[in-house]
Amino acid sequence: MSITYLDAIREAQARALADDPRVFIYGQDVGAFGGAFKATKNLAQQFPGRVIDAPISEDAMMGMAVGAAIEGMRPIIEIQFADFSTVAFNQIVNQAATLHWRTRVPCPITIRLPAGGTSGSGPFHSQSMEAIYAHYPGLIVMTPATVEDAYSMLLEAVAIDDPVIFCEHKYLYYHLKAESLPTEATPFGKARIARAGRDMTIVAYSAMVHEALAAADEMTLEGVEIEVVDLRSVKPLDTDTVMASVARTGRLLCVGEAWPWGGVTAEVVARVASEGFGLLDAPPQRLNAKDTPVPYHPNLWKAHRPTAQRIASAARHLVRL
Amino acid sequence: MGHALLNHGEVSEIPSIHDQYIQAYRLMILARVLDDKLASLYRMGKIHGGVFLSRGQEALSVSIGVALKKGDVFAPLIRDTAGRLAFGEPLIDAVRTCLGSPLGPMRGRDGNVHRGRPKEGMLAMISHLGAMISVVNGTLLAHRLKGIRGTVGITCVGDGGTSTGAFHEALNQAAVEKLPLVLVIANNQYAYSTPTDRQFACRSLEDKANGYGVMGRSVDGTDLAACLKVTSEAVNCAREGEGPQVIVATLLRLCGHGEHDDAGYVDSKLKSSPVGRDCLKVCEAFVLGQDWADAPLLGVWREEAVQAVEEVVAKVQREPAPDPYKEDWCALASKHLSEGHEHG
Repeated sequence: MSITYLDAIREAQARALADDPRVFIYGQDVGAFGGAFKATKNLAQQFPGRVIDAPISEDAMMGMAVGAAIEGMRPIIEIQFADFSTVAFNQIVNQAATLHWRTRVPCPITIRLPAGGTSGSGPFHSQSMEAIYAHYPGLIVMTPATVEDAYSMLLEAVAIDDPVIFCEHKYLYYHLKAESLPTEATPFGKARIARAGRDMTIVAYSAMVHEALAAADEMTLEGVEIEVVDLRSVKPLDTDTVMASVARTGRLLCVGEAWPWGGVTAEVVARVASEGFGLLDAPPQRLNAKDTPVPYHPNLWKAHRPTAQRIASAARHLVRL
Repeated sequence: MGHALLNHGEVSEIPSIHDQYIQAYRLMILARVLDDKLASLYRMGKIHGGVFLSRGQEALSVSIGVALKKGDVFAPLIRDTAGRLAFGEPLIDAVRTCLGSPLGPMRGRDGNVHRGRPKEGMLAMISHLGAMISVVNGTLLAHRLKGIRGTVGITCVGDGGTSTGAFHEALNQAAVEKLPLVLVIANNQYAYSTPTDRQFACRSLEDKANGYGVMGRSVDGTDLAACLKVTSEAVNCAREGEGPQVIVATLLRLCGHGEHDDAGYVDSKLKSSPVGRDCLKVCEAFVLGQDWADAPLLGVWREEAVQAVEEVVAKVQREPAPDPYKEDWCALASKHLSEGHEHG
C-alpha cells in the first residue's frame, strides 16, 4: 500500500476529528463533495455535522474560526487555494494572530493553504504565501515537504494553541508517496538534514526540497557533495540546524519557490550572514522564482520557478566562488 | 456604582417597563459621565492615542446590553460604552484600558475601545469594520457544535461598516447557518466625515437585511423605550431559533469621530432635526413627564455616576504604567515555539 501526500493530509484530519471533539473542518466544498482536491473525502459522512461547507467568503470563514476558537473549539479551515487567503488576510493577521497577545485567549486554528505552482495553474492558483504570513507575529508557518511531515505536522498544527498556516504543496499532492503513515515524528520546530554532503548547504522547504535533492544527485556526478536542509517550518525557523550545516560546508544556497523580494530565503541568508559570517567561505546565495506573477503556460512556468537544473546551475556558480 | 444595576445572572422575574427603563437610563447617565471624564482626561494629555465617545448612541447601545443574558456573546463597537456597562463590563476595565494600565484586561497592549474579555462573552474589537460579525458567528456556531442552546450573539456596526466586504460575507454566512445573531446597525449619519449619501444608495439600510433573507427592523435610536422594545423583540426571535436579526437605528453622532475631530462637517439641519436629539435629554423629559423621578432625584443619579467614575479614575491614575522590561514580547500562546529572534 502506498500513501500520497494528499492521503496523509486526509488521514491526519480524520484522526484529528476522531481524537478530539473540539475539531471541526470548515471550507468551500469540503462537505459531501470532499473538497476540491479530495483532502476531506468521506469525512463529512464519517463525522456528521463536523465537516461544514462554507459560502465563498474567506474573510467570514476565518472570522468564524476565530470565534469558534474563542469558545474552545479547534477549527481546521481549508482555503481552497492559498491564493484566495488574501481575501481572509485581515482576519488571519489582525484577528487570529493578535488574539492571544491582546486578550490571553489562545487561538488554535489550523489554516490549510494548498499552495505552490503546478503546471497550467496560472497566476491565481499557484502562489506561495509563506513569507507573507511568517512576517506577522502570532502565526506559526509550516511547509511540509514529505508525506510523513504532511501527516505528523498537520496533527501538530491542530494541537498547537496558536493559529498555524499549513502550506501544503499541490505539486506534492500526487507526486509524493510513502509506504505507510509515520508512527514517530521529528520534533516540531526542527529542520531535517534531507541529504548529507560536505561541499555546500542547500536550504529549501516544501516542493523545493525535492528539486534541491535532484540537483544534489546531479552535482554528485561532478564531484560536488551537497547537503540539503529541509526547513519543515519557516516559522519558527531552525537557525541552529542551518548554521551547523553551514559550519560543515562553508557554503550556502537558499532556495524558495516564492518571489525574490524579501521572504524566507532572504531571512535565512540574513541570519547566516549576521550570526555565522565567519563560517562562510563564499558569499551566501539565494534562488527564487522570477519577480512576475506565476505564468500559465508550462514552458513559462518551468522557467519561472527554481528547478533542479537551475539549482544545479546556481550550485556550480557557488562552488567556484 | 453602576453595577448594582446590572441584570446579569438570575432573572427571577420580568422587570416592569418602568424598572427596565430606569435601569437603562441610569446606565446611560453613567456612560455619558464616563465619556465626559475620558474627554477631559484626553484634553489634559493624560490619555495616549485617541478617545472615541458614544455620545448620542447611549439609548441604542444600552438596550443591547440589557437584552443579553449570561452566556450570550457581545462584540461591541466603538460607541458602545453604555452597552458594555449594561452587559457587565466593570467601569474599571474601561478606565484602565484608556489609561493603558497593565492591570486592565488589555495590559497596555491595546487601548481605548479595543478591549474585552472574550472568555466572559465580551469580544475585543479590532479596528477593521465589519470584522467582528463573523467572529460572533463563530462563537454561535461553537455553541451549536457543543450543544449549548438558547444563547444569542450581538454585534454592532455603523452605517460605514455596512459598506465592507466583511459585513456582506458575515451577514450572509449567519443567514446560511441560521445563527442566532443580532446585528445592530447604528446609522449615525457619518462614517468619520463621510455622509450616508456617499456610503450607500439603497433607500434604507433595512433593505440590506432583506437582501440576505434576514429579518430587519428599524428604530428611532434617540428613543430609549423604542430601542428597548425593538432590541428585546429581535433578541427573543434570535433566541427562539428564527435566525439572524438586523436592527437599523437612526440617530446622530453627537461628537467627533474621536476627540481629535471637531465634526465641523456635520450638517446643522441634521443637528436641529429629530434625528439629532440627544437621547439622554429625551429620557430626562420622559422620566419627568411620567413622574418616575423629579429633578432632585435625577441630580442624585447623576451625582452617583460622577462619584463612581471619579473613584475609579483616581484609583487607576495611581496604578503603575506598563514596564517594557516586564513584557515577554512573545505573540504566541505556545511560548516554546517562539523564536525570540530579534534583529532590531
